[in-house]
Amino acid sequence: MPSDQARMLEAARAEPLWPKPPAWATALGAVGAAVLLAYPLLITSTFAQHTMILIFLYAVMAQSWNVIAGLSGQISLGHAMFFGIGAYTVGVLDTKFGITPWIGIVVGMLLAALAAVAVGIPTLRLKGHYFAIATLLIGSSVQIIFARWDWVGAASGLFLPLKRGSPWLDFQFHTSKVPYYYLSLAVAVLAFLVVWRLRRSRLGFRLQALRDDADAAASLGIAVARHKVLAFMISGAMMAAAGSFYTQYVLVLDPERVFSIDISIIVVLMTVVGGSGTLWGPALGAALLVPLSEYSRIWFGSTGRTIDLMIYGALIVAICMWRPSGLLSLFAERIRRRAASP
Amino acid sequence: MSLILDVKNLTKRFGGVVANNDISFDVKAGEILGIIGPNGAGKSTLFDLITNFQTPDSGHVFFQGREITGLRPDRISKLGIARTFQKLKPFSDLTVTENVMVGALARTPHMPEARNAALEALAFVDLLEKRNHFARELSTGQRKRLELARGLAMEPRLILMDEVTGGVDQRTIPGLVELVLELKRRGTTIVTIEHNMQVMMRISDRILALYAGRRIAFGPPQEVSNDPAVVDAYLGGTPDAA
Repeated sequence: MPSDQARMLEAARAEPLWPKPPAWATALGAVGAAVLLAYPLLITSTFAQHTMILIFLYAVMAQSWNVIAGLSGQISLGHAMFFGIGAYTVGVLDTKFGITPWIGIVVGMLLAALAAVAVGIPTLRLKGHYFAIATLLIGSSVQIIFARWDWVGAASGLFLPLKRGSPWLDFQFHTSKVPYYYLSLAVAVLAFLVVWRLRRSRLGFRLQALRDDADAAASLGIAVARHKVLAFMISGAMMAAAGSFYTQYVLVLDPERVFSIDISIIVVLMTVVGGSGTLWGPALGAALLVPLSEYSRIWFGSTGRTIDLMIYGALIVAICMWRPSGLLSLFAERIRRRAASP
Repeated sequence: MSLILDVKNLTKRFGGVVANNDISFDVKAGEILGIIGPNGAGKSTLFDLITNFQTPDSGHVFFQGREITGLRPDRISKLGIARTFQKLKPFSDLTVTENVMVGALARTPHMPEARNAALEALAFVDLLEKRNHFARELSTGQRKRLELARGLAMEPRLILMDEVTGGVDQRTIPGLVELVLELKRRGTTIVTIEHNMQVMMRISDRILALYAGRRIAFGPPQEVSNDPAVVDAYLGGTPDAA
């Protein structure tokens, strides 16, 4: 019996710390990467490129929400607040002080992290639904504040000055969407890497532990409230990066749009549809819902706006009924199970 | 032997009910202290007060000579006190190994090291073959052992175990008893809540008996089991304070 145990322990130690993805997944990943890299060279329709750029940006936003809600279990319903902070930071720094958006993005992420601390410290120590309610209300308040704030253009917002210098320095590309395509792809890959790294780190383990049971986490030395705030900071900073990038893409911002509750809701939908707490779920959700919204707008004209919402609603109902853990669980559960069988 | 835990006059009220009424006891380093008492005697509340998951209304707790009353639960556990919960609290969406790694990560930031420590703790509680299952897939008995392994992976000086043999398959009890004794041999101090009197009498160095929130006996097993207040409490009489 003891030798059996010893043998099993030996075998367990020999297993890789992180299960290797199956060969088909690696192959699929390689093909996917090649397709994404070649896409704007092969498909020159600006609308098709635009759709991809939005998918990448929404993947970043969904991944951001995934950090606070999927990994840490804290439902934020005011995530647009961070998107808007990112947007306004590049906008204000550029229009008022002529500071390059490259610096603006970093400043926006820092400010969003600060805002996450300010909002998180009083609200994240609460158990239950208070955090969701608080973020919902704070998100709306921030929108109203910016809509009344004359210095930042109040309700009409800011128009970023068109620049004729170096496009890469100015982060403005007037003739082609291809640079935006690759930049947004890079941001999406970065966001993906953040979550990939988190899930394999002590911090990520602790967040998932407190998500599943806060008391048990505390009994194992985890400072629960502080870790939630930390997750909220990371999440907020990621969201702000997407807001900054979006602003450089459209070169205009107003409170109605960048602090919109639609943004707060859509990141929830995408993450939940794809698979909350998973690595690929948010990207999958973005890849499904963005084209749905963009193409329904084309096919159904001005009424498309409502039709995509109706499809979203039907999709959510279907997911709740048949796949409450998200579409990705169709595959992920199977992969993990295969790794689990001895 | 030196004292590792010293509990003085802990009291906790819930409305009109006094869950713990002026409870004092101590634990010597390296011993097994058993806590007995009928349902509702205040055993689990006592664990909650020591680890500050519930704040005592009055009284003091000292761990290795240092007062820990009112410290945050995570701070207390970091000082070297692990605990299990009567109502089990697995990290359901993590695998068994990942659950235990969370415990090991309290003392090392390195993932491979935490993983190996987790596997060792799982081997110790004989749960190694379930290592890649999700915690939610385990039976109650397995979950109890998981919770034990999770706490042990922190390498605590003191572990508070809440009914490890309660509600598990009778055939696994000898194994669990052996496990607790082995833990003691390795130098871990143990405070354990049990309903099973036979087990308790065999493994405990001393026993603390509670009834209706009060301490009715405290001492070596023979002494406690012959104590009239304890006999009364278990046979259903009205206890006199010891």
